[in-house]
Amino acid sequence: MREAEHLVHKYLRSSKRFPHIWCSGCGIGIFMQALVRVIDQSEYSKDDIVLISGIGCSGRLPVYVDFNTLHTTHGRALTFATGIKLANPRLKVITVMGDGDAVAIGGNHFIHAARRNVEIASFILNNNVYGMTGGQSSPTTPHGAITASAPYGNIEPDFDICRLAEAAGAVLVARSTVYHTRLLERLIGMALKKKGFSVLEVVSQCTTYTGRFLQLNSPVEMLKWQKDNAITVEKAKQLSDTELEGKIVIGVLVNRERPNYHEQYQSLLGKKSKV
Amino acid sequence: MKKAVRKQVLLQGNEACVEGALMAGCRFYAGYPITPATEIMEIMARKMPGASGVFIQMEDEIASLGAVIGASLAGSKSMTATSGPGFSLMQEHIGYASMAEVPCVIVDVMRAGPSTGLPTQPSQSDVMQSRWGTHGDHPIIVLAPSSVYEFFELTVQAFNLSERYRTPVILLVDELVAHMREGVILPTRDSLEIEDRPHPTVPPEWYIPYADPGTGVPAMPAFGEGYRYHVTGLYHDVRGYPTVRTDEVEPLIHRLFNKISKDYDRLQWFDAFATEDAKITIIAYGCVARAALRAVQQAREKGLKVGLINLKILWPFMRRTISGILENSAKVLVPELNIGQISREVKRINQSRCEVLTLNKVDGTPIKPAEILRTLEEVYS
Repeated sequence: MREAEHLVHKYLRSSKRFPHIWCSGCGIGIFMQALVRVIDQSEYSKDDIVLISGIGCSGRLPVYVDFNTLHTTHGRALTFATGIKLANPRLKVITVMGDGDAVAIGGNHFIHAARRNVEIASFILNNNVYGMTGGQSSPTTPHGAITASAPYGNIEPDFDICRLAEAAGAVLVARSTVYHTRLLERLIGMALKKKGFSVLEVVSQCTTYTGRFLQLNSPVEMLKWQKDNAITVEKAKQLSDTELEGKIVIGVLVNRERPNYHEQYQSLLGKKSKV
Repeated sequence: MKKAVRKQVLLQGNEACVEGALMAGCRFYAGYPITPATEIMEIMARKMPGASGVFIQMEDEIASLGAVIGASLAGSKSMTATSGPGFSLMQEHIGYASMAEVPCVIVDVMRAGPSTGLPTQPSQSDVMQSRWGTHGDHPIIVLAPSSVYEFFELTVQAFNLSERYRTPVILLVDELVAHMREGVILPTRDSLEIEDRPHPTVPPEWYIPYADPGTGVPAMPAFGEGYRYHVTGLYHDVRGYPTVRTDEVEPLIHRLFNKISKDYDRLQWFDAFATEDAKITIIAYGCVARAALRAVQQAREKGLKVGLINLKILWPFMRRTISGILENSAKVLVPELNIGQISREVKRINQSRCEVLTLNKVDGTPIKPAEILRTLEEVYS
């Protein structure tokens, strides 16, 4: 409690008019606390960090914390992040996006940021729904789920964000839930340290919409759902695809090395073409 | 003042744009290939590393302007270039830059639209899109060069204005000016006046990011300098935090407009030719102004009292300058490579002071001096 109080005063903006906009029981606050804890233990000063978001419930996160913060347009956080990182590589660039934000409207930017391998730690808060606009289907809404825009059940298949990130070239791909807070903090730390494009999918709960549609009627039930359905990468390896149906595989899925964009760009500096 | 003998060089319009950008201090370019603007990107790709700047090819034009805005927030003077379809995609971020007050320069080498239109032919059909393309009320500055040297000069000025007012500035260029080659003598960097965004003069703990210092343009530090603040496309209070308070929303939108409108007197940029005694004055811009100049010279040789105003700034519309013309001419002629976009604005402010005639060409070819001359002869009485 004492540590949490200390972090609140150190990292939250006293000048901001609280309370925050999130519903009670929302998972974003758990992620925000984990992020602040990890940064507090890191070598980065508050001046070094640029925290960038898109639009949606997750988009509101940066305003509350005392870093260089940027609330951009829907789906485009990674484009701003790319510009910032390349203009001043000394900065630690972090993006926070939602599921619809990152892989629907921002899908193109997401795959190319991963391919390009600009050093950006990207966190995707996946609550399987468009929460801020009132509970419409997102690309990660499960097949068959009832949403505000799929009143007869979702007939689209859902996206696996981590497999997309892996295929596109992200050098670190990991997943946690907000229930698994210790794992969450460890993975945030890994993402911040990675010298390339890292993706951490954070499975979170929208108690207001997903919860209602799934008939999980309280935040506790939703967190319990995360606990009961999560399975570690190691355990998952021993299971068949059918056995993994509906499970949330958590842990480090990909960890590899590849030259990042900035390192390669550095080698071009000073060049003068004769063409 | 150093007085070196400067050599004349043969430059394409798009090349001159890059020279101007680099001289103005541009050190970040993000773009996506598109005819007829691609040369700007290709030359930037060659030159930026040597200038210790950043060049990046993005996945689309939305991303390009996103990266440009990000780089500007990190302290780099930044730009992108595109044509109609890409310019349509950029509208979202033009609005963002306007709302968040992030300096940036956008070149639109126009093609005829709508849609993919005529990719390789001259047009001036994005005049209204450059003004009102992004949603919502917003101020904008749009410059229109009519020669290779002017493309250089106005690119430098585009950066200066974007830095001075913390606003996106658009260079609206037609394919003819972008692709034409002319001999130009470029000035030295020392001889140019280069402006930078206002920087805070107070320590971080005293800094209020969107407080009006009296000029309407708040001070802007770069991310990482110790002034941690919040930037958003939402309506925000002076601290940058989202607001729906009526006493914060309305002052913000008014300040965004006033920071530019208070300087309307300084933003009357034009070349006037033979306007003093003109009975008919041509109002033109871009490549059409070149044809108009030739037509006016020929008409004068024939004894017709005609003149020309070549507009360098399209938006904010130079009401003061144009009003003077409407006051003193019997007729004005507005030739354009579109269905009538600037002429519509001229008519709007005319208030029956004189007769406003139009000459619109939308077949993908430039307006020739002879066509303008013929029209002048027809309407001269």
